[in-house]
Amino acid sequence: MTSKIKRGVSLYSFQEEMFLGQMTVEDGIAFAAGIGARGIEILPEQNMPTFPHIDDAEIARWHAMLDRHGAHFTCYDMFLDTKLRKGELLSDDEQVASISRDLELCHRLGIRNMRILIFVRPDILERCVPTAEKYDIHMGVEVHAPWHLEHAWILRTIEIADRLGTRHLGILPDMGIFMKHYPPEFRARFERQGARPEITQFIVDQHEQKIMCEYTIYDVAVKMGGNKAEIAMAETLRHAPYANPKRLADYAPYFRHIQAKFYGMTADCTDPTIAYDEVIPVLVDCGWEGTLSSEYEGNRWVQDVEPVDSREQVRRQHVMFERLIANAEAHRAPAAA
Amino acid sequence: MFDRYLIDAATVRNTGPADAPTGFAFEARLGYYRGLGLSMIEELNVAIDGEPLPRAAVRFDEGAGPLTLDEMETAYDRRWAFAAPATILVTHPGGYPAGDHTLSLQQKLRVSYMPFPSFNFDEKVVTIAA
Repeated sequence: MTSKIKRGVSLYSFQEEMFLGQMTVEDGIAFAAGIGARGIEILPEQNMPTFPHIDDAEIARWHAMLDRHGAHFTCYDMFLDTKLRKGELLSDDEQVASISRDLELCHRLGIRNMRILIFVRPDILERCVPTAEKYDIHMGVEVHAPWHLEHAWILRTIEIADRLGTRHLGILPDMGIFMKHYPPEFRARFERQGARPEITQFIVDQHEQKIMCEYTIYDVAVKMGGNKAEIAMAETLRHAPYANPKRLADYAPYFRHIQAKFYGMTADCTDPTIAYDEVIPVLVDCGWEGTLSSEYEGNRWVQDVEPVDSREQVRRQHVMFERLIANAEAHRAPAAA
Repeated sequence: MFDRYLIDAATVRNTGPADAPTGFAFEARLGYYRGLGLSMIEELNVAIDGEPLPRAAVRFDEGAGPLTLDEMETAYDRRWAFAAPATILVTHPGGYPAGDHTLSLQQKLRVSYMPFPSFNFDEKVVTIAA
């Protein structure tokens, strides 16, 4: 049976080339559509220079651009500047107003999924549910490493969604929570910064064994007398969890968009780091319907030694997605068929 | 994430009358993957040839007119857009002599979702034209 998983790309993926003026947003949309990833996730605060002042002509320009390439919007990544003013946080009312502003713009753009930053308080989101319902927008709290699907902070959002019985508040998993193997791009960068190979191998081995990060950080910093680069590498383990992909099935009703984070693909189109080979069968078996939206974040780890080629990285990830989805469909668990 | 790209080395120049420069200026970009309101840009620390320049000597202009760092603190309606060059102007009577100099820029940002300030840093050898 064919799954309902759709493929897309977040414009975040092309940040290196866009920052350097080597790509426009339209180049990103055209490329994504060209590899069959027609769902486009945007960060208005990155991709719309006049944010938050977006007039109707600008919105029409975006829709014309999507139409030219046979693409469509999937998700709006919001931000919330609680620290707008020095020394005091935005009041609760101001936070709700800021999110409401984003919901309204999201609606004007015709987008029905919003990525909510994970630090936004669940009780603030509860106050935004009526507006999200009015515009029929799903507010998905980004489940981002080092949080995970069953972190108590995430469960607060689930509890509110259940209590309100709303389909307009839930989660939006970032696949960085499924870091099964330490990213080779991270290791290589730290070695270029002076980390010794025997120390980086130790850190990789510790991660491979899933030893709780604080043991490794202490070993590297104190027992092994680690240098700056080695300690910094050990500290990345605080944000390098491998959560259980099986839990995705339990929470599938609460999300309809996925940020498909990755740091680098091999030439033969496999991800050496994130456990997509475990994630995708779970999504297929539970009949999840939504978009796998590429979020390439490898640029910052390789830009010091090579030109970043975000398009090639995204292309390889989608070759992998097509392969893994097809395999999972062919071997779909009988219970879910 | 973009530290190495903050300073546009080709833009460094003395400002003011050619025979009596009042300072220097250069174009820079924000080291962040989105734009940010100016009130959340806490510091733009500029040093040249290892000498830090005073905070009060630095002004910033993303296109809507120069502001001091103190004025930026309450510039709630202005933003430094993603990837957009802005001018950093530094008052320094006499400017700098023509030739090569080491210019550094540190940006301290108040990013709401982070528990600590975000720092970006770039340092480049730049040439001031004769």
